[in-house]
Order: sequence, then structure tokens, then C-alpha cells
Amino acid sequence: MIESRTHAAAALFRRDMKLAFRRLGESLLPLFFLFTVIVLIPLGVGPGPNLLSRMAPGMVWVAALLASLLALEHLFRPDLEDGTLEQWFVGERAVYARVMARLLSHWLVTGLPVIVFSPLAAEMLNLPRHALGTLIVSLVIGTPALSLLGGLAASLTLSTRGASVLLSILIFPLIVPLVIFATGAVSMAADSLDPGAHLGLLAAFTILSLTLAPIGIAAALRMNLE
Amino acid sequence: MIWKTLKIWFHKLGSAPSFYRFARVVSPWLWFGFAVTAAYGLYLALYVVPPDYQQGDSARILYIHVPAAWQAMFIYLVMTILAIIALIWRIRLTEILAMSCAPIGAALTLVCLVTGSLWGKPMWGTWWEWDARLTSMLVLLFIYIGIMGLYAAFDDRRKGARIASVLIIAGAVNIPIIHFSVEWWNTLHQGATIKLTGESSMDPSMLPPLIWMVISTKLFFGAALLDRARNELLDQDRSKKWVARQVLETSS
Amino acid sequence: MSLLLETSRLEFHRYGQPVFRPLELDLQSGRAIVLTGPNGVGKTTLLRLLAGILAPVRGSLKHHGEIAFVGHLPAIKGDLTCRENLAYERHVGPPGLDMAEALARVGLAGLGSRPGRALSAGQKRRLGLARLLVRETPTWLLDEPYASLDDAGCSVVDELIGEHLDDGGGVVLATHQRHPRVDAQRLDNITLEFAPVRDAS
Repeated sequence: MIESRTHAAAALFRRDMKLAFRRLGESLLPLFFLFTVIVLIPLGVGPGPNLLSRMAPGMVWVAALLASLLALEHLFRPDLEDGTLEQWFVGERAVYARVMARLLSHWLVTGLPVIVFSPLAAEMLNLPRHALGTLIVSLVIGTPALSLLGGLAASLTLSTRGASVLLSILIFPLIVPLVIFATGAVSMAADSLDPGAHLGLLAAFTILSLTLAPIGIAAALRMNLE
Repeated sequence: MIWKTLKIWFHKLGSAPSFYRFARVVSPWLWFGFAVTAAYGLYLALYVVPPDYQQGDSARILYIHVPAAWQAMFIYLVMTILAIIALIWRIRLTEILAMSCAPIGAALTLVCLVTGSLWGKPMWGTWWEWDARLTSMLVLLFIYIGIMGLYAAFDDRRKGARIASVLIIAGAVNIPIIHFSVEWWNTLHQGATIKLTGESSMDPSMLPPLIWMVISTKLFFGAALLDRARNELLDQDRSKKWVARQVLETSS
Repeated sequence: MSLLLETSRLEFHRYGQPVFRPLELDLQSGRAIVLTGPNGVGKTTLLRLLAGILAPVRGSLKHHGEIAFVGHLPAIKGDLTCRENLAYERHVGPPGLDMAEALARVGLAGLGSRPGRALSAGQKRRLGLARLLVRETPTWLLDEPYASLDDAGCSVVDELIGEHLDDGGGVVLATHQRHPRVDAQRLDNITLEFAPVRDAS
């Protein structure tokens, strides 16, 4: 029973990764979007290094957020449209395992590239060098929660009209604590203070999302299939 | 056992015509109670209580601001309980009631934000200050709006209500965390120096009007909830016989 | 003969109204149930309920053994080849026919490396049927299996159903074009009826 669930989840994960690689350009668009946001900021507020480095912790995170938002609409919708989503619920169901597999592949495609390229973004925004480590740690801990809560918003709005606007409205309040803890940690590090408390709270928030969000997602997906 | 009786009771009151009749009888009384308590509370707040020694007369806005904030949060609690019942038992009336809570909660949150901002102008010199409580309320407003938007996005209203109920529960888990995180964020970025409600610095004379206003917002919520739910019920059942009978009854 | 699927007073509601009359349905192995009824009576809804995609509003549903569902949507990824689509399916349940064999069986021999999006509607239907063959599933739920298929395709469906019943499987299918041309002894008919508009009083 448990074995067949892991099989189902693993099969989905492999297929998702295959699909992501087959459309590599499309999969990496959110990352390019992140950099367009990063470039717009100095153009908007001016290139003064002091101002930029003060804003950098927040801006890198806000850009990561916007980038992940962009990919959320495609998290479940293609599967809804081609009928593969309803197959998740047929017979011996492994919905929870499949939701986790889907979120993992989504995070690998949207979250991981952001982490990999965050040093570049941090450098462009003049983030103090000594805060870079904290930025990366905060992204590693925080981006999974972004995928989880984004997944919840995406599953709730799955079969609605005007899903994308609604999705952005729903996700904002959910991720307020995430943004506060994550950017707080980076700001602390930038001011040469200990970011430990912030990172701990961020980790707690991610763990809570990890326990509860998939249950909500599975329920919301099924209701949207009605 | 207790669940069973509760369920039966819900089902009984849950029948559309009997709820409709119940709401029609009870809601005028609640409106009446609201008018009386609000009038008395405002009289106490505006004429009886002396002006604040620091903030003068503008502190009187507290008697609307604080009850509205409390009620907005209380409504979320009620809405969460209704949403849980709606998801477990699929009782239509609780779905309707939960969905009727959201606009009332949003309205009171807005009242809280507007009064906070009106008070902020003379005190802080700006219409908006990133005070922890106001920021929390702003996020709460977005949650309420999200719930209303999600519910409205489905053609099948029962489906919409059930999906919005999942969001309500997600919000209920998140609200305490949001509140905490915003407080935390605010203390780190040196919060506002003057607060509308100082900790434990309340004069005993402020208590009676505050209590009356709190009671009046509760009655307002009850009345508005019953009216909203009644309208929603009529709208959903507009092609059914009991609605036609009801219309004939009231018009004759 | 063993029981594959049983329901008791099964109901589903849409827009607050029951879709079809509460339904009793038992599926025995080696038998096929043909669902008929006018448009909008809820044949698709019933099949999705039986599959477990929808949660019944009232009544109960019991599965004995694995279930396969082929609905209106083909459940095929356009970016994957026919073979890859089937391979995914094979990983999900106990394996049945070999992929090349399954493709040949539904008349798609040699198209294994064609991407799903390059298939015609009828070919997609056929690939959907091949999904049934690559896994071992006793219960098949088929929604309009004859839709958009040519005559040869329709006979393939009949053959597949016949063989599945011979192997001790069970089938529930909704159709209003044609009845499966298999041993009539094995077929049961259920005609769905509109639920009466219920008035709360």
C-alpha cells in the first residue's frame, strides 16, 4: 500500500521533471523574470549603493516571490485541462504523496534556480557581502514554504474564472510571516547582528506549512474537480 | 452523543424555510438592540467620559475603533467554526452563514482601519502609520477580501462555499502567526510611540462606554448576519416553492 | 463471481440539487453495466463518483480492487510520446501488457515515439484505451468509449470489453451511441433518471 503510493509519487515526479526539461526555456522564465525585477529596482529608485544595499534584503525576496507567483498558475492547471489531475483521485489514491511530488518538482524548477542565482542578484543590488550566506540560508529554508502556500492558493483557485488575479490576492496574506522572517534575517545579517532567531522562526513556519498545506491542497483539488 | 444532538439541531434549524422564519422574527429585535446600545454607548463616550489628558477629544474614536477591531476578529472565529461544520457535515445553512460572515467582518475591519487612520492624522501627523495592530488589521482585510473573492468566483455556490471554507481554515491557522510576525517586525523597526490603546493605562471611566459599544457591535453582527443569510437563502432558492409561498405571504 | 463495486443510495448534488435519482449499483466480475439516459442526467457524474474523483454527497460506495477510469479528457501529456505516456501509467499500478503490444492492440502500432499532441482525437481515444491494457485493473469505468472512434475503433472497444469480461473483469460504461457488441448475457442496463426537483418544506 505504502509502496504503491511511493511508486505513484515517484512516477509523477519523474514525469514532471521530464516535462520540465522538455520545456526548459519555459521552465526558466520565472528566473529571467526575477532578474528583470532586480534590474528595474535600481532604475526606479536610483543606483546609489547605500540605498540599494539597505533595500536589497527585501528586494531579493520580493523578486523571488514574484517569480514564484508567475509559475503557480501552471502548477495544476495543465493537469486539470488534459485530465491527468482527475486520474490522481481514481481508485487506490495516493493524492497526498502526489501533491508532495508535484510540489517538490515545482520547487526544483522555481525555487532552486533562484537560490543558485541569488548571489548574482545580491551583488547587483549591493547586498553587503557578509549577509550573502544568510540570504542563501533564508532562501533554502523559505522557498519551500513559498511553493507550499503558493500551491494552496493555486489549488483553491484552480477551476475559477480569473484565477491568476485571485491567486495573487490569496497568496499575499498567507506569506506575510514568511516575508517578515526571511527578510528580517537578511537585514539582521546585513547589520552584522545575529539572524538566528529569525531563521528559527522561518524554519518553524516552513515546517508548519509542510504539515498542513498538502492536506489543504489535496482537499481543494478534489473540490475543484467537481 | 453531544455531536449527534448538535447535528440534529443543525439539521432542524438548517431547513431553509424554518431558518428564514426564525431570522425574520429575530433580526428586527437585534437591530433594535443594536440601535439602543449604540446610542447609549456613544452618549457615554461622547458626553460623559472626560477628554483624554494627553490626546484630548480625538481619543474618543477609540470607542468605535476598538470594538470594531475586536468584533472583526471575533467574526473570523465564528466564521471558522461555521466553515469547519460546513466541511464536515455539508450543511448548507452553515455554508451560507460562514459566507455571510465575510463581508460583515471585512466591513468592520475597514471601520477599524479608517478610524485608526483618522485618529492617526492628529496624533502621528500622517494618515497611515505602519503600526503593528493596524498592519495586522490590514492583512486581515485582505484575507476577508480573498474569501469573498474566492466564493464569488464559482458559479456553483455550494462548491464555492466549501472551497472558501478551506481558505477560511488556512487563514485561521495563519492569523495568529501573522499577528505575531507583524508585532515582531514592528518592534524591530521601532514602533509608533503613541498608541491608541495603551497597555493597562485605561481609566475606569472608559470602561462602561466601551462595554456598551462592544455589546452593540455584537448585536449588529447578529442582525446583519441573519439578514445576509436570509437574502442569500432566498436568492439560492428563488425557483423553489417555499420562496413563492413566502413572497405571497408577505405581500398579502 | 465476485463483487467488484457496490453502492448504496448514491447521490451527488450540483447547484444544491441532486443530479440523478439515488442509485443502487453492484458490479460483479465478468459483467458489464451499460448506463444510458438523456443528456445531462449525470452519466459522467456517476462514473466520476464510482471512480472516486467526486465524493458522494449521500450514500456509500465500496471498491474491491483497483479501478481504471477513461473519461472525456484523454489524460495524455502532449509533450510526451505515446510510449512515455503509457510508461507513466505502468508505474502507477500492477503492470499488464507490454507497451508495444498494448499500442498494437488499439491500432497504434508503430506510433510509440509520436508525441501526444500530434495525435488526432480518435488516436487519443485509442491511446486512452491502451492505458487500460498496460495495467492490471479488474474494474473499468468508461465514459462514452465509442466517442470520436471510427468503425474499426469501435470494434476494438467491443473486443477489449469482451476479453476483459472473459478474464473476470467488470465494466461500467456510459454510452448513447451504441451498445457494446458482446455476449448479451453479460450486459446489465441501468437507465439514469433525473432526480425530482426537491423542495425544502
